[in-house]
Amino acid sequence: MNRRDFLSMTGAAGAFAFAPTAFAAASPHPVEMRSSGYGNVLILVELKGGNDGLNTVIPFSDPAYATLRPGIGIKREQVIQLDQRTGLHPAMQPLMPLWKDRQLAIVQGVSYPQPNLSHFRSIEIWDTGSRSDQYLHEGWLTRTFRAQPVPTGFAADAVVIGSAEMGPLANGARAVALVNPAQFEKQARLATPISLKERNPALAHILDVENEIVKAADRLRPRAGQFALKTQFPGGAFGTSIKTAMQVLAATDTPAGVPQTGQGVAVIRLTLNGFDTHQNQPGQQAALLKQLSDGMVAMRSALVELGRWNETLIMTYAEFGRRPRENQSNGTDHGTVAPHFVMGGRVNGGLHGVAPELARLDGNGNLPVGVDFRQMYATVLGPWWGMNSTAVLGQKFETLPLLRA
Amino acid sequence: MLTSAWTAQAAQNNTPRQMRNVHRTEAAAVDSDPLDATDARFLLTRTGFEANASEVAPYIGMTREQAVDALLAGARTEAATPPPAWVTEPIPSVEVRRAWTQDERRDDQREQGRRYEELRGWWVREMVTTRSPLTERMTLFWHDHFPSGEDKTHYPQLMFRQNALLRRDALGNFGDLLHAVSKDPAMLQYLDGAGSRKGRPNENFAREVMELFTLGEGHYSQRDVTEAARAYTGWTLDPDTLAYQFNPKIHDDGDKTVLGKMGNFDGDQVLDILLAQPETATFITTELWREFISDTPDPAQIAPVAERFRESHYDIKTALRGLFLSEAFWDERNRGVLVKSPAEFVVGAVRGFDLGYGDQDTTALAAQVRNFGENLFYPPNVKGWPGGENWINSTTLLARKQFIEQLFRATEAHGMHPAAANAKTSGMSGSMSGPMPNMMTNAAMKPAAMQRPHAGLRFDLDAWLAQYNTTPDARPNLSMQLQLQRAVLAVSPADAIEPDVTSSAYLRALLMDPAYQLK
Repeated sequence: MNRRDFLSMTGAAGAFAFAPTAFAAASPHPVEMRSSGYGNVLILVELKGGNDGLNTVIPFSDPAYATLRPGIGIKREQVIQLDQRTGLHPAMQPLMPLWKDRQLAIVQGVSYPQPNLSHFRSIEIWDTGSRSDQYLHEGWLTRTFRAQPVPTGFAADAVVIGSAEMGPLANGARAVALVNPAQFEKQARLATPISLKERNPALAHILDVENEIVKAADRLRPRAGQFALKTQFPGGAFGTSIKTAMQVLAATDTPAGVPQTGQGVAVIRLTLNGFDTHQNQPGQQAALLKQLSDGMVAMRSALVELGRWNETLIMTYAEFGRRPRENQSNGTDHGTVAPHFVMGGRVNGGLHGVAPELARLDGNGNLPVGVDFRQMYATVLGPWWGMNSTAVLGQKFETLPLLRA
Repeated sequence: MLTSAWTAQAAQNNTPRQMRNVHRTEAAAVDSDPLDATDARFLLTRTGFEANASEVAPYIGMTREQAVDALLAGARTEAATPPPAWVTEPIPSVEVRRAWTQDERRDDQREQGRRYEELRGWWVREMVTTRSPLTERMTLFWHDHFPSGEDKTHYPQLMFRQNALLRRDALGNFGDLLHAVSKDPAMLQYLDGAGSRKGRPNENFAREVMELFTLGEGHYSQRDVTEAARAYTGWTLDPDTLAYQFNPKIHDDGDKTVLGKMGNFDGDQVLDILLAQPETATFITTELWREFISDTPDPAQIAPVAERFRESHYDIKTALRGLFLSEAFWDERNRGVLVKSPAEFVVGAVRGFDLGYGDQDTTALAAQVRNFGENLFYPPNVKGWPGGENWINSTTLLARKQFIEQLFRATEAHGMHPAAANAKTSGMSGSMSGPMPNMMTNAAMKPAAMQRPHAGLRFDLDAWLAQYNTTPDARPNLSMQLQLQRAVLAVSPADAIEPDVTSSAYLRALLMDPAYQLK
């Protein structure tokens, strides 16, 4: 018995319809396979703590910007101008080639109705894809993989790097957390495959993890002659986790670095920590945005080497943005909307979503919601994976034009 | 093959447990039944760390009430382990710090990092030696509940003082603890309270004290947060000593409306408003339930305990006594439903197996605790550690298994090289220095995590097995196997264990079993 059988036996599984005809992962035709289905990888980058969007994608021409941020505002001459009124934080300069190639999309104004300003509740809403007043147990990707299982040849549903929390993969997805594939494989012999139906949820969880280890170790085992990446990865924890992510993809490819049909992982989730900048924001945020930008550039280089750049979608997310008015500690408090970055070979670059209008703040001094984050999920589920997003998200969300036709 | 072996094993494993269950049902779980060894071990492990036979012995034959009262009476308010000498060293003044060169600044960084490692080792030493494991479990509980950490508190003196405060009130009065920890310098740094001032108050502490420390989410509004934040302004730190001080010049003494009450409240008065809400007693009792009983709190059983907790003006022992004497606590169905935290796993192994260790080794043990995902004095965020099932993922599970494997390798070395094993710190040479587990590379992981701890842990397997009248090479019979199971597992093993193995191999299989991760 496998884990999913167990879940459905205990009634934990919700019933989700999906449209098998729209889903190409199991298709014998490689061309079709590469155009949608889990041959298309999703890499999520969590900006943990809630990135300050207004100092990331800057409405420099809005006169209210300087008024709200006399201390921490980015000076006009330092802003990297994207159009007449919008610019990037100077630390994001490395992303400019991607922007010019129109492979970087920026979705502005992302949040959800009745935003919650608690880190934990708000990330739970994002992770589970719920409404503000709705409490869901499973991550949105967990529901996705239940609705449309990942092909059995895959090493795992997902690989999580840089965090112990499963986030959108919580409570059911076959996700493996790791840093170094070679060490992982070496240690994995300590795990035993066990088939057993278990009612104790804590024990059931441990059994799941054991089984996932055994399977992932088998598939991610570094092999002699495996494709060696030439990309130079940035140092630091985030750079290392990106390197690991790229090695995971390489491990499932042919020695020539070509993706193999029906093998791989569907999702990689990375975490960049430290965005909760209540105090002394400028230096800290600049360092983080630089790490993010350098990391994104390294990912593009490695994905091009692996021939996966057109089959990968990279997307940032976070629990919320921050308050437009700076606080007294040279920082920002929890806010609502934030811009998010989407990149990949098939991305329709440019500015999307709703630009901030600083003259129109709500009673708490926050920006109104422009784009529902579930529209981003719907875009992944629909155009990217060829699935019926309504089944996973519980209601219909308009997709965003983030992919080139 | 595996399946049939398992079936045989399952029959073997389950029969005695089912018999126990039947016995319990017939006896209607009478509270006054004397505790047997299994019950006594369960009580001590659930409320402390894994207990060895000598700790268990005095509790056998007590009633539940006697046992719980004995446990609570043993609570301590101070650590017995002497702290590192530097904990009393004054913080360098602003003037001194400003005058530092780049190099001096870097040296200071390095020194404080080293001291934090030492402090972790100090706490783990207290955990492995304390006569009141419950006190340390409650101190850990409050550290997780009121988190502060190295990422925002540069000087470890402040974290030591906070730890002493958490221990002082660990089983004392929750109201006192809340007031004290809210003005604790490490907390004022961690949640930015120290920088909050009249005019534009910082909401960080004001929000978390409601959401995470007292009421729980859904029992307050954003407006309550904004108003309460004004009341806490003026709670700040002396910039030179980093001691708490009240600065009336930056305190907002205007009227505030918090949870329907209006007045020119100061911070203490707002905390009292929070303590007056019945939700606070329910929230804390529920958190304690999750810590000591199960991940599925039962509101109906929690309500009367929370009520008594509130009536006692938040006497923590009253809440614990209520929970430890509840039917749910002793219910067989709640055995083995909680995952051991990293500290419980490591400290439990040392205490339960009477592992030997040298003077310096507790710092290495603390590094193991960190490798399993719990870096003491460095919680991942203000919510503390996610805990529960989150402790176990592919990385941490493999790291835990590797720890056990190395324990047994040490005993093999012991058998083969008795001379080496007698040397104080070489008995398990390299035992914890194999390839370090694949660690999380999140910001909380300091480079020090990648250093190899050299702990001279020694596992005297012969002596430990002798308590169960067996030796490492003997082949235990069924009754002996069951004794060993009950000594180390809260529930029957999940995996098949090969029949006809030696006691040493049988014990190793038990510790490698998924059930060993549970308490």
